[in-house]
Amino acid sequence: MSFSATNFAQPRPVPVGVRSNEKPLSSDASRFRFRGPPSFLGSPHSLRFKPIPPFKLAIPHSQRSAASSVTHIANGKMVKSSANLLITKEEGLELYEDMILGRFFEDMCAQMYYRGKMFGFVHLYNGQEAVSTGFFKLLKKEDTVVSTYRDHVHALSKGVPARAVMSELFGKATGCCRGQGGSMHMFSKEHNVIGGFAFIGEGIPVATGAAFSSKYRREVLKEAGADQVTLAFFGDGTCNNGQFYECLNMAALWKLPIIFVVENNLWAIGMSHLRATSDPEIWKKGPAFGMPGVHVDGMDVLKVREVAKEAIERARRGDGPTLVECETYRFRGHSLADPDELRDPAEKARYAARDPISALKKYLFENKLASEQELKSIEKKIDEVLDDAVEYSDESPLPPRSQLLENVFADPKGFGIGPDGKYRCEDPKFTQGTAHV
Amino acid sequence: MLRAIRNKSILPAFSAVRAFSSSAKEMTIREALNTALDEEMSADPKVFLMGEEVGEYQGAYKITKGLLDKYGPERVLDTPITEAGFTGIGVGAAYYGLKPVVEFMTFNFSMQAIDHIINSAAKSNYMSAGQISVPIVFRGPNGAAAGVGAQHSQCYAAWYAACPGLKVLSPYSSEDARGLLKAAIRDPDPVVFLENELLYGESFPVSAEVLDSSFCLPIGKAKIEREGKDVTITAFSKMVGYALKAAEILAKEGISAEIINLRSIRPLDRATINASVRKTNRLVTVEEGFPQHGVGAEIWFSSLHCLFSVQLVNSWKYTNLLHLLNSTSVIEESFGYLDAPVERIAGADVPMPYAANLERMAVPQVEDIVRAAKRACYRSVPMAATA
Repeated sequence: MSFSATNFAQPRPVPVGVRSNEKPLSSDASRFRFRGPPSFLGSPHSLRFKPIPPFKLAIPHSQRSAASSVTHIANGKMVKSSANLLITKEEGLELYEDMILGRFFEDMCAQMYYRGKMFGFVHLYNGQEAVSTGFFKLLKKEDTVVSTYRDHVHALSKGVPARAVMSELFGKATGCCRGQGGSMHMFSKEHNVIGGFAFIGEGIPVATGAAFSSKYRREVLKEAGADQVTLAFFGDGTCNNGQFYECLNMAALWKLPIIFVVENNLWAIGMSHLRATSDPEIWKKGPAFGMPGVHVDGMDVLKVREVAKEAIERARRGDGPTLVECETYRFRGHSLADPDELRDPAEKARYAARDPISALKKYLFENKLASEQELKSIEKKIDEVLDDAVEYSDESPLPPRSQLLENVFADPKGFGIGPDGKYRCEDPKFTQGTAHV
Repeated sequence: MLRAIRNKSILPAFSAVRAFSSSAKEMTIREALNTALDEEMSADPKVFLMGEEVGEYQGAYKITKGLLDKYGPERVLDTPITEAGFTGIGVGAAYYGLKPVVEFMTFNFSMQAIDHIINSAAKSNYMSAGQISVPIVFRGPNGAAAGVGAQHSQCYAAWYAACPGLKVLSPYSSEDARGLLKAAIRDPDPVVFLENELLYGESFPVSAEVLDSSFCLPIGKAKIEREGKDVTITAFSKMVGYALKAAEILAKEGISAEIINLRSIRPLDRATINASVRKTNRLVTVEEGFPQHGVGAEIWFSSLHCLFSVQLVNSWKYTNLLHLLNSTSVIEESFGYLDAPVERIAGADVPMPYAANLERMAVPQVEDIVRAAKRACYRSVPMAATA
């Protein structure tokens, strides 16, 4: 399949959206009834636009999964039975453990920062765990993730060990980047986490390129099984950046296997999303470029997971990109240096009541998927993992002085590769004499 | 990343070789770049091109002519006008081992993508502690053309050469163009390849070795285009041609000039420059770009640099630092060898004007180089005395 624009398939019927409501996972029925107009985005500011009626996710009939409850929107009610539960017990515990790991890790980071063990910029993810857990637990190891500076939990959810992430934050040689990257630049080739970018919007083209490479490997290099999917995570502030639109265009043009995940936490440091954006509904920007745009309640891990399943399968099939807007919230400030004075305490309280971890806990109890005891043992296990990570990081050595000048180039001395395919500096004859005459 | 490059005989996209047996073969820069791209794309299926107008338009300056027909639209990608976007896409693809060659229509447009060149390409190998290397090439015309105005005429050699993690190459002749582009494409690191629009049509003689498909030049090594003993003139890209003409004029006046074609701005071949300065004791640096913080300023300092490095080496004992200086034997002061202040010829410190006579004044000309060489040889009064 070539990349030329003439082969571009029909765009999906537009617009599409899963309308979420604000209630936590208390009852299945109310979850899918549209309650409009919602106090959209949870902001106290009044809205200038009319509410949009609900649409079904535009899934072709053949691919609708039985477990996908979003198709029941039109009916407005759901029959509650164990067969209709979205997750099994194992999956539920896995999700819970991942969210607890993220939350406890970030709390530990805050503690370590105030004790002076961590320094520089540290951006914490508290409150947004549902988004990362909802997506990552559906990915394979070969799938790629690109993130922003708020990347600790993305690295952890993808499988980078807590010890490696914590040491990296402490700036020790045992960190995942040997202390050379830091909080904002988590790279792990093994787990396909390719950053960690400090500039917002910078990771989106890189993610698009990773998706491009997956498609290239499949179609030009003819590698079997090259169906890796790429996820690009970024925030609401990034959605006003030019690179975002450039990549929406090219991803849809070339039908790249990428999912653009917007973690809309309403605030870009102190700039409210509504003050910065002419049309605050980010999911609508997907259909403008010919890809589905989905809005999902990012405080509810199960809803995120459903949408993620659909989007990831779509990308893996080769049907192209998806834009997923997750309405979420960060409980802490933008970074540990942010006094967080501009956000309304009432807004924070409203979102704190929708804490994704408590919501999942409630769901697990109500559907008898787990007991108090099991969840407590998970929390205890995570506590131990983190204590071990901190101890390991404390005891790890600082990078040796010789590491300063290493890894600037992949090429050991910078002279390039010779005609025989080996590095020139390895050829003993090369270092004799200076210039070519 | 050691890979033997198969020695294939490739049919170039269009013939670069004249059919007669007697005369030396000549090749334009355009043909040199085209054949280099063709051969590298043929040898390695991971190499692909992307840029504006590289495909159906056959290249904005016809450098990529014929490649779309030969390799198809999946490997020669016409992009929308989105420098930041497609440069980032190239970087992301390079993270996963593909080898993109990203063309900027001119390097002025690379400013829209400079974040990706520096922050996501150059710095990635370091930030990830060696996990992710970025085998990407950014190429395109650089520097002044003819009457294109201020926004299309800047030389970016100094800006990119300041950044660790990038290799910056600037060819002059067809041999340079072919050899350095092939080396750049094979290289596992990000390379900024600065061509010159006015040189694209110029022909240079090439030997049979250059025409071989496995030919490539080392990065970080300069070439002495003309040997001399009175004054060293360093230049890159189009200025090498001007320096050679200046050398002819100077020869008639009894000054023998040694012309160094830098070829590689980063890593800079300080060893060659210092060896030449120790021989001639006089230095003139020529470049087309802005003077402040330019390549000439760096070369000037690098003759002092060797003086300081002695202390650094003793206190840090880093073998890596020694290697970065490109030699283990040149830890001597070239400063003590200079008999005259270093003359720096650069473009005028103004944005490029449009009017033809002003543009001629804003870019170094052969006469400027001749005058500078004479000043360095104390044949004429130094600039400070005339002020």
